[in-house]
Amino acid sequence: MPTRLLLGDEALSQGAIDAGLSAAYAYPGTPSTEITDYAIRSPESQGGRIHCRWTANEKTALEAALGASYAGRRAMASMKHVGLNVAADPFVNAAIAGANGGLIINVADDPSMHSSQNEQDSRLYLEIALIPCIEPSDQQEAYAAPAYAFGLSERSRVPVMIRLTTRLAHSRATIETGDRRSPNEFSLPPDPKRYILLPAIARGSYDDLIARQPDFLAASEESPFNALHEGSDETIGIIACGIALNYVREAFGGDCPHPVLKIGQYPLPLGLLRPLLHRCETIFVFEDGYPYVEGKLRGLDERSKPIVRGRLSGDVPRTGELSPEVVARALRLDAPPVRSASKTPTPRPPALCPGCPHGDTCRALNGALEAQESARIFSDIGCYTLGALPPYSAIDTCVEMGASITMARGASDAGLRPAVALIGDSTFTHSGMTGLLDCVNDGTDLTVVIVDNGTVAMTGGQRSAAESHIRSICIGLGVDPDHVRTIEPLPNRHAENVAILREEIAHPGPSVVIAERECIQTARRRARRSTGGTT
Amino acid sequence: MTRNVILAGVGGQGLLSIAAVLGEAARREGLNLKQAEVHGMAQRGGVVQSHVRFGPGPIHSDLIREGTADLILSLEPMEALRYLPFLAQDGAMVTNSEPFENIPDYPELDSIHEEIRGLPNHRLVDAAALAKTAGSPRAANMVMLGAGSPYLELPEEALITGIRSVFAGKSEEIVETNVRAFRLGRAAPEAEYSGGNA
Repeated sequence: MPTRLLLGDEALSQGAIDAGLSAAYAYPGTPSTEITDYAIRSPESQGGRIHCRWTANEKTALEAALGASYAGRRAMASMKHVGLNVAADPFVNAAIAGANGGLIINVADDPSMHSSQNEQDSRLYLEIALIPCIEPSDQQEAYAAPAYAFGLSERSRVPVMIRLTTRLAHSRATIETGDRRSPNEFSLPPDPKRYILLPAIARGSYDDLIARQPDFLAASEESPFNALHEGSDETIGIIACGIALNYVREAFGGDCPHPVLKIGQYPLPLGLLRPLLHRCETIFVFEDGYPYVEGKLRGLDERSKPIVRGRLSGDVPRTGELSPEVVARALRLDAPPVRSASKTPTPRPPALCPGCPHGDTCRALNGALEAQESARIFSDIGCYTLGALPPYSAIDTCVEMGASITMARGASDAGLRPAVALIGDSTFTHSGMTGLLDCVNDGTDLTVVIVDNGTVAMTGGQRSAAESHIRSICIGLGVDPDHVRTIEPLPNRHAENVAILREEIAHPGPSVVIAERECIQTARRRARRSTGGTT
Repeated sequence: MTRNVILAGVGGQGLLSIAAVLGEAARREGLNLKQAEVHGMAQRGGVVQSHVRFGPGPIHSDLIREGTADLILSLEPMEALRYLPFLAQDGAMVTNSEPFENIPDYPELDSIHEEIRGLPNHRLVDAAALAKTAGSPRAANMVMLGAGSPYLELPEEALITGIRSVFAGKSEEIVETNVRAFRLGRAAPEAEYSGGNA
């Protein structure tokens, strides 16, 4: 079998391609980005045999994948955990409409918030959408998951989620690849009416989804992703979800005396769970993310037998990702001698790159708002969020994608002046445009500064859906063209930029200032490509 | 036995290229490998690290357990110290001696060097000077891979083949510069080196 060295994200992507993928859509977001980066770079995509695209946001990605599935093709949408919030509407309703061609939704959670604003657990969405989910435990399973999930999706006419967490998404391993399956032919759904979710039809489709739940459970109980590994010491039973299995094995040095139930598919396989619950006095649950399985087992009375231990009982920290140490500590296993931490290193927070245009925009904003104590800058998700840190200390908020414009609008309505929003080009097209339309319709007094570096920079320079159309989008949404200004964020233009920002902040209505200069990283890469490259 | 290596540095120093070469060399030797990386926000001039594990047997965890790293290989001296709890009692610390100062409160460099010299197995290397000799200051990462290579238990030729493979898309000159940098690092002056189990 051919072997390859792939990230978990890339293994999943290769697995989908080998399983007959026809279309992949995504909005970039750490730690999910490399799934679609890899698919786009693949020879299949470059040769036009599969259609892989970055989309405006996660909702448009999932809806496009649903449409491709409607047309009989195998399709996937990929996103980070908070992206699933954006795509929650199609996620829940696609479950009711169902799948024709196999439809998988890849969601990468980020416990410990390495590159995110929260550590929400996507498995909780399964409770709303009522669909199956695969959670691979290693890169080889990440490769195998799409073929299995596409099959399940087509057999059960339902979208299937594949859940990854950061450590698997961004860890490389050698994997064996398998045979290639041909993509599906174009075919329309045999029962097209179920895609019309009028209440009268949706009620029937929803009943049908409920009626298929026992099938999903049976699939879990027979799944190759779930397995009960017997152990001689049944005083303790261990449940390990996804990559937690590896930490359990590591903590025991590969030789665990207790029975271990590996969970890699949901709904929870009750048939495999029950014997463990009956035989063991204590059950340890190790899962990255929320205490999802632990909460289900523990019920309302935590004293009921067996005793369930995990994040809720305090044996595992309530927040943060798992590690071999966390698992070993919970099980009170021997640890190797560990040196004390050095007191010398100081924190080294991420920072804007030297020469980054956002730095010049932050300085210009600080200059324009100097001595205006009540001014607030509502910002957004992107590299410019680092403008919160010294030496800029330029922004006051960062909550979620698009919230800059809408929060500034509400604060302006409530009397805050000057109200300024700071948002990137790609975040603006992701979910800032609708908020600006609200401002135009309401004549809101605010200034929206759109930092247009021509790329999705934080995730590595993916194509921005804005495609240099920011000015025409703003005018199209109804902003007065006289108050859609453009500046070039450069140190030698500082005075001019401060003056333009002051004028537009003084304007008593919605105004937009576009700070337009290419990302220093993409500019450097482009220069390197054109000169033949250096290291 | 599984080899556990922590790679440390600052975003932009070329740490992931070292990880890629190690991965390629281990794969070519027919070893199992797991290598956890940091992507996304932290890469912007912040702390970056990678856990690399390889060996003939099964490798379970993607993360190295504290107290079990055979080698901390760092592109920056303060960053090397950040991962001290991971270093095994007989593990080695190999680090670039030159600081990367992009923060206002960078500690006293002498005290950093002194703390590193206090470890039984250490090697401080002036990577910038050797990279310049090799032909490009950007090859400092390959100098450090060379300096750490005696502790990897991988054949020198496998690592060089790994370098050629990872930089295959670049010009022949760049490939040779990186191979030279690796060799210079491997043979780096050992004035600071106090022996060890390599």
